[in-house]
Amino acid sequence: MHELSLTEQIAEIAIRHGEKNSAEKITDLYLVIGELSSVIDDSVQFYWDLITEDTICAGAKLHFQRIPAKFHCQDCGKEYQMVDGELAPCPFCQSSKMDILQGKEFHLDSINIV
Amino acid sequence: MTKNISIVEKVHSANDQLASENKQQLNQAALFSINIMASPGAGKTSLIEKTLPLLKSEYKIAAIDGDVATSIDADRAAEAGATAVQINTGGQCHIDAHMLQNALMELDLDKFDLLLVENVGNLICPASFKLGTDKNIMIASIPEGDDKPYKYPAMYQDVDALIINKIDLLPYVKFDMDYFQKGVQMLNPDLITFPVSCTTGEGIEEWVKWVKEHIKDKKVS
Repeated sequence: MHELSLTEQIAEIAIRHGEKNSAEKITDLYLVIGELSSVIDDSVQFYWDLITEDTICAGAKLHFQRIPAKFHCQDCGKEYQMVDGELAPCPFCQSSKMDILQGKEFHLDSINIV
Repeated sequence: MTKNISIVEKVHSANDQLASENKQQLNQAALFSINIMASPGAGKTSLIEKTLPLLKSEYKIAAIDGDVATSIDADRAAEAGATAVQINTGGQCHIDAHMLQNALMELDLDKFDLLLVENVGNLICPASFKLGTDKNIMIASIPEGDDKPYKYPAMYQDVDALIINKIDLLPYVKFDMDYFQKGVQMLNPDLITFPVSCTTGEGIEEWVKWVKEHIKDKKVS
């Protein structure tokens, strides 16, 4: 459900930058979404079509770049990723002390305009 | 001709900006504030009801309650001794910084020592929307199950304190505390944890002590 407010914010950012660059139309948006950021592509796409109908974003294509979560084990120093989207202890030493290196991203990277 | 414009702007930037305005406003009033997040039924309102009687003789307390509809929670907070403001989010699954800003306008912030913000019952959305409060805390309750940190990592990652409520039900419910704590530790290694029961009152004093210390620190800073 929070995808609605997120989609509104994405549209606001895109339109602001589009207008600043005198865009007639925004054709593509490139979004970066980390695996840990709880954002569902499909719902963003669903709301996107509804809320941008009468804007310069109408019909624009959304591209999602997914960033996998990556962890750094505080005990053995090795890096590892989630398996099947599940949080798990370090596969090398079973320690549960870790830092999150990536996976929390959620930003609009760039847009294409005409 | 198509042109690519580089943006690199956080999707949450508008909300984050309003959150930092809220923070500034709360700092000016030296008002210590807590954003309470949890799933529906975990005990957000019950915790407020248990906390207020132990603080209200010493401190002036305001409560802002976010709900999709009704003022039941704000009424309960008012009954327990807080000045309560209700936010009806109109279907939205979280409070955002803008809604909090509007609610703050209804309060004379200088008059209060503690502000409790009761977020909408939800384990996903509120984690993404900063409000500008001093602390973000969450309540997990025993009947929800021991796998919640694994299923809702975003919520556990960024909170400053965790309350484990309904510990009086431990003998009756399948809940592996070690497994739960291990998940929490992975996401938030130094998280301060308060096991409590809002029914029996067990553990509430420790939590209230933590709140009091922070109210005092905020006054001095």
